Amino acid sequence: MRVALFIPCYVDQFYPQVAIATLKLLQHLGLEVHYPMQQTCCGQPMANGGFEHLTHSCNSNFIKAFDGYDYIVSPSGSCVLHVKDHLHDHQQETKATQIRQRVYELCEFLTDIVQVQSIKASFPKKVALHQGCHGQRGLKLAASTETVVPWFSKPVQLLKMVEGLELVDLDRPDECCGFGGTFCVTEEAVSSAMGLSRIADYAKHDAHVVTGTDMSCLMHQEGLIKRRKLNMQILHISEVLAAGL
Amino acid sequence: MSREKILAAVKQNKPAPVPLPEMLSFAYPVTDLTAAFTAAITKAGGATNIVKKGQPLTPAIKALFPDAQRIADFIEGDTTTNAALLQQPALLDVVVLKGQLGVAENGAIWVTDKDCVERVLPFITQHLVLVIDQPTLVGNMHQAYAVMGQQNPDYGVFIAGPSKTADIEQSLVIGAHGPRSMQVFIVEP
Amino acid sequence: MHTKPIPHAEAASAFLENKERVQWHDETLWFVRYKRDKIVNEIPEWEQLRDLASQIKDHTLSQLDQYLGQFEAAAIANGVTVHWAADAADHNRIVHSILAKHKAQKIVKSKSMLTEECHLNEYLETQGIEVVDTDLGERIVQLNKEMPSHIVLPAIHIKKEEVGEIFHQHLGTEKGASDPLYLALAAREHLRQKFLAADIAITGVNFAVAETGAIVVCTNEGNADLGAHLAKVHIACMGIEKLIPRTEHLSVFLRMLARNATGQNITAYSSHFRKPQPGSEMHIVIVDNGRTTQLGREAFRNSLKCIRCGACLNTCPVYRRSGGHSYHNATAGPIGAILAPNLDMRKNADLPFASTLCGSCTDVCPVKIDIHNQLYQWRQVLTQEGHVPAAKAAGMKVMAGVLASPARYSFAGKWARKLLRWFPSLALNKTFNPWAKQRDLPAPPKESFREWYQKNGGSK
Ligand code: SF4
Repeated sequence: MRVALFIPCYVDQFYPQVAIATLKLLQHLGLEVHYPMQQTCCGQPMANGGFEHLTHSCNSNFIKAFDGYDYIVSPSGSCVLHVKDHLHDHQQETKATQIRQRVYELCEFLTDIVQVQSIKASFPKKVALHQGCHGQRGLKLAASTETVVPWFSKPVQLLKMVEGLELVDLDRPDECCGFGGTFCVTEEAVSSAMGLSRIADYAKHDAHVVTGTDMSCLMHQEGLIKRRKLNMQILHISEVLAAGL
Repeated sequence: MSREKILAAVKQNKPAPVPLPEMLSFAYPVTDLTAAFTAAITKAGGATNIVKKGQPLTPAIKALFPDAQRIADFIEGDTTTNAALLQQPALLDVVVLKGQLGVAENGAIWVTDKDCVERVLPFITQHLVLVIDQPTLVGNMHQAYAVMGQQNPDYGVFIAGPSKTADIEQSLVIGAHGPRSMQVFIVEP
Repeated sequence: MHTKPIPHAEAASAFLENKERVQWHDETLWFVRYKRDKIVNEIPEWEQLRDLASQIKDHTLSQLDQYLGQFEAAAIANGVTVHWAADAADHNRIVHSILAKHKAQKIVKSKSMLTEECHLNEYLETQGIEVVDTDLGERIVQLNKEMPSHIVLPAIHIKKEEVGEIFHQHLGTEKGASDPLYLALAAREHLRQKFLAADIAITGVNFAVAETGAIVVCTNEGNADLGAHLAKVHIACMGIEKLIPRTEHLSVFLRMLARNATGQNITAYSSHFRKPQPGSEMHIVIVDNGRTTQLGREAFRNSLKCIRCGACLNTCPVYRRSGGHSYHNATAGPIGAILAPNLDMRKNADLPFASTLCGSCTDVCPVKIDIHNQLYQWRQVLTQEGHVPAAKAAGMKVMAGVLASPARYSFAGKWARKLLRWFPSLALNKTFNPWAKQRDLPAPPKESFREWYQKNGGSK
């Protein structure tokens, strides 16, 4: 099984530790993992901004980078959803289709493909989980509270395997944090207000560590937390799952 | 001319035919329909009274509305009094009507223009009393429409509780424009 | 006339200035969603109902011309006069002509988002006719000379103290009174007089049944019925998309509408009007106003399935924090944002961008409209049609160029991180960078992951 690591551009540039944790976690499970150097970005920032028509070269580059792997795994629900929904290339649509079918967000890859039963990590803290919306509602990493379906959550399933970790219940378990790509600057006021509501929810439940499946959501919330000098730490779920490895 | 224009535009722009899904009939899981109905109507701000067939309702109604002066009772009341009261419907305190069926899941009662004498009566009265026979209770709306079948009255309404509003800061106020209270008599056989 | 409205972001940021108000608005609407969640979870077949409702609507839209014809024929046979209006102006003229024919001066209207969309009240005012909105929330905003800010809860942006002041001015309630019970009672007395005196009642339509020609109107207050039954003439205004094929289909929609809208099992009244009352007239005005165009837009046509439950507004984290008026459209929130550009792209180009695409609207929608996907699609259309700022377009082109090439990307990334380390104050400048207004930037690491990977070769 050849696994390609797809690291979103902003994670590559600003959160290398998240990529490293993801890599370690996968290697620890005995997987053969490659990081194709050709990769840049999935094109989501442009597409969500209304410029999907400019993503063509980005898409071709993505296909070049990830063609031929059995699985493509990424520590970002949002980027994976974008690839799944929008990666097309009329010159090589077969390859694009293959990639769309082979791309996985880290948690779902662990629970559904690797089917991990246990994780060696230990993280004895109170943790709040921010379910990124694209992962949750788009990739169906977890049941959304709007729907009437049996409860499930792949990230929670994994976090429960971590020794000592105590997951807090939030008042609004799956409300959006307000990042939303370009939204976070074009609608700065609403975006910040949304993020602050999330943070208030974590604080109310006494969680000093916040984790999630999307570093973009977490980056936005981290920005708000740092500006206010709050005693709250942000960690990507890969970092929690790899804690102590 | 707008008619032709609209229909032509619809015809041109509508998508390829999509089949009509088969209607599913969802069973209602609760067996005690009276209890379920009572719970639903209570939640909606109404109340139920359970009586036996043949038991007179007038004393019970009088007891529920001790101050009511103008009671138009279309079940036990007499025609002359009712006719006189109908001259000024806006002054009615209580109107008593028969409902055709009740829906346990939501507390709604089906009333048609035949049942309510004047369409406005169940709305203009200060308090509404509806009387239904216990065996007419059904589980949910699918069953209700199945029973009503192709009845298609000129006018019909599901009434589920007194009128209400929450338009001021979402605080619930019972008694918006219509009745300020609703009592249901469920007549057991 | 057609000045561009204040963009959503700007209006939202003004709304957010009153922190207490916003928190209240957010929490109150969230509570409505909470009640909705609770009650829909009592229906184990909820998701099946959603499928069914969605399929019935899809089917109806695919044969809408036939169903409209069937409905019209049935309504006429019922003794109802049917009118067709191509657009808002047409609709307003038709309603006015009916009023004029009856020399009607006293008009009561129950809730109808369609008449809001057509600006009927303003139009009739220019004709010297006053319409009294009878839904309590609508009456409040009408007295306050505003538009509803929510399709189901029109006055959700107004606090009870303000209602007290509005009523004090217009209805003579006690100054300073703010008890909802007292105020609602005052409105009841005031509006009962209006109902009793009305010549004509105008109502909206929730569902129109093709096989019988009946229209169904749902209210909690009983205002549609009081109006329609007391006046000599009842005018019901409906969009072409209100059709459903058969009476039995009402069971699906009536089980969902109130539960999803306000967390009630059903509205207090679900009234089925088929024939006029003896001695009275009933008119139905069937309105297009852009709907047939939307029907022709493949990506957007299923927005016509909407039953106006308002749940997508309640659940929308952006709507809750920006208020209905920030959408400068009769219908606000996510559904408004996918309907409005169809009517006027230039004016409403900002709305599809007023979303994080979180998808909560899509999941809450009882008829399964893929609202967030349509927001995404509208962004593409609006961009292609030139309705986005030139600077944004230029920036996106540069970004596309950088991201298409691994070399350019690495180079740009390295320099971005360097610049951030060297000139953090530049990046934190709030005018250049809205990000930094309330947020810090991530601390730029010395090396990117790819640089690390090249050195460490991915070994453990
Ligand atoms: S789009 Fe769906 S959720 Fe929103 S108002 Fe319409 S039916 Fe309700």
